[in-house]
Amino acid sequence: MPDADPREPYRSDFDRLERELFAGDPPWLMKTRRDAFAKFGALGFPTLKHEMWKYTNVAPLARTRFTPAAEIPGNGLAPEKLDPVVFGKFEGSELVFVNGRFSRSLSSKRNLPEGVWVTSLADALQEDPRAVEPFLAKTAPVDANSFTALNTAFLQDGAFIHVPEGKVVEDPIHLLFVSTAQPQPAVAYPRNLIVLEAGGQLTVTESYAGLDGGVYLTNAVTEAVVGENAALDHYKLQREGERASHIATLEIEQARASTVSDTSIALGGALVRNEVNQRFLAEGGELSMNGLFSVTGTQHTDTHTRIEHLTPHCTSRELYKGILDGRARGVFYGNIIVHKGAQKTNAVQTNKNLLLSREALVDSIPGLQILANDVKCRHGSTTGQIDEDSVFYLRSRGIDSDTARSILTYAFAREIIDLIRVPAMRATLGVLLLSRLPNSEAVREAL
Amino acid sequence: MALLEVKGLRAKVGDKEILKGVDLTVNRGEVHAIMGPNGSGKSTLANVLAGRLNYEVLGGQVLYEGKDLLAMKPELRAREGLFLAFQYPVEIPGVGNAYFLKSALNSIRRHRGQEELDAMDFMGIVTEKMKLLGLDEAFLGRSLNDGFSGGEKKRNEIFQMAVLEPRLAILDETDSGLDIDALKIVASGVNTMRAKDRAIVVVTHYQRILNYIVPDFVHVLVNGRIVKSGGRELALELEKRGYGWVEESAVS
Repeated sequence: MPDADPREPYRSDFDRLERELFAGDPPWLMKTRRDAFAKFGALGFPTLKHEMWKYTNVAPLARTRFTPAAEIPGNGLAPEKLDPVVFGKFEGSELVFVNGRFSRSLSSKRNLPEGVWVTSLADALQEDPRAVEPFLAKTAPVDANSFTALNTAFLQDGAFIHVPEGKVVEDPIHLLFVSTAQPQPAVAYPRNLIVLEAGGQLTVTESYAGLDGGVYLTNAVTEAVVGENAALDHYKLQREGERASHIATLEIEQARASTVSDTSIALGGALVRNEVNQRFLAEGGELSMNGLFSVTGTQHTDTHTRIEHLTPHCTSRELYKGILDGRARGVFYGNIIVHKGAQKTNAVQTNKNLLLSREALVDSIPGLQILANDVKCRHGSTTGQIDEDSVFYLRSRGIDSDTARSILTYAFAREIIDLIRVPAMRATLGVLLLSRLPNSEAVREAL
Repeated sequence: MALLEVKGLRAKVGDKEILKGVDLTVNRGEVHAIMGPNGSGKSTLANVLAGRLNYEVLGGQVLYEGKDLLAMKPELRAREGLFLAFQYPVEIPGVGNAYFLKSALNSIRRHRGQEELDAMDFMGIVTEKMKLLGLDEAFLGRSLNDGFSGGEKKRNEIFQMAVLEPRLAILDETDSGLDIDALKIVASGVNTMRAKDRAIVVVTHYQRILNYIVPDFVHVLVNGRIVKSGGRELALELEKRGYGWVEESAVS
């Protein structure tokens, strides 16, 4: 008997949800869903034969029957359940989503300037769908990635943030997506839409966390539209449960003279794919794209980034670091495309990986495609173990070997940690990373 | 009891035997200079004493305060009061100078049964020692040796030595690559460390540093053995005549 078509359960789910949960959608959204689902039908799940997926096998996900989390009744959660995953001493607004759905009671909004809209996507679609329509599914193409297509077809909730012209949001906004264990494996489709009009400024952090070790899949898509002269500081902290999978795409479009900084931290999950795709649509843009993945055991984490210089005079800096222990596997695939006519582009891409065990493995594929002739571009990749000369140096000053190794591992990560300008997140991440290291108390003293 | 007693020490790096039977006795309060041409084994001796891992000891014995030094891990040697000022200090981005040094000092203090220092006490000690070496506040906040000039690295080694207060300090070519002003600062830092209960071993290729750190004893290391020992005047003679004549007399 041939294997069952893994698309079939998705089709029956889609047909059912289309009749029930999505029945009240405005026509444009229904069309968006249908088009996206048709695209998924045509693409199917990627296999190792796809160039973009050759290092990550999603067959186990395709085989698993995931129930749409949207159909899980209720999303109540005792607030103290969130204690392990919220940021301590966090000043800004926090939107909490449980199994993909907004929880009003767990969320709080603070100090938002007038006219700035920070709400759940479901609420926005309810209250003012015309505010959402011009942006939703405009930045994240469904024809290249079947997971993005699935997310678009099944999207239900997430954050909708709209910063009008010239508005500056001082306090960071935290979007917290938590998943709880269910009787059946469940899939949530968080969908975030971040829109900055000209001159707007915003800092936003997405956190993804598993609360109780269940088997689940997060398929998240974030679209960020950054207007002229606007500035977006975007962070992500992925700490899904150890049996969970996380497939996410961040799509960024930058208008003239806009500034974007993105720092993505991946710690959790059994199977993780993180895609960040960015496009400079006009001159004078600046991008800083950074990330750290730290994995152990049998974790697999795959980072794919693409930066497209479509116009002249834009600058991009990319730095990704990986720390791999146990039998973990990591992938960094980076592609910077400097299109024809994108003169005076300045682009640097760097990937550095630290292997802490013999069995850990990383594939690093940096890439530059340059179709213009007056540009400054370079890229580099290094993978190595802890430097024994450094270990000896620390030991020669009285620090024991395990502590020395932990200090050096943390120091390797620190370059990324220091890029985080949200103090509460930086502190949380520091504690998380330290807690994974031997002799963390002694390490804390040395930092 | 001597502070350090090296007897017939043999060691190799890779397949090459570098130390071929070194004998050396160092007492508290003394300053020794170990000189020798390139490749004679000076740095190997310093590194073997500090416990560097890629050096294999083939034979001989090293007693430090009567204890078997070679059986100790590098960190234990440090906690017992041995200090190596590196010829090439390692750059470690992401590890702050001050925090690193506080951590090192406290690990040594714990070992000695002393109370750990808090940030305030530590800063008190450090500020005083920094003046000694002409280092400014900003220096503490920088990453360990990261982007330091050659002179800054060497000063940092001596600064660490001043804070950790070892009983046996081995300076491995601390003078190499220093201009005369930097050399004077480093030397004066070392000189303030001279004490009755502390010994200093200066490993150097050049006589110059010995004008500022005046040794009690000078040893000439050639081809893995100490072939000649003497007082301060031996260093001056080496400067005048080069290493050739000792090498020849060692062969004969």
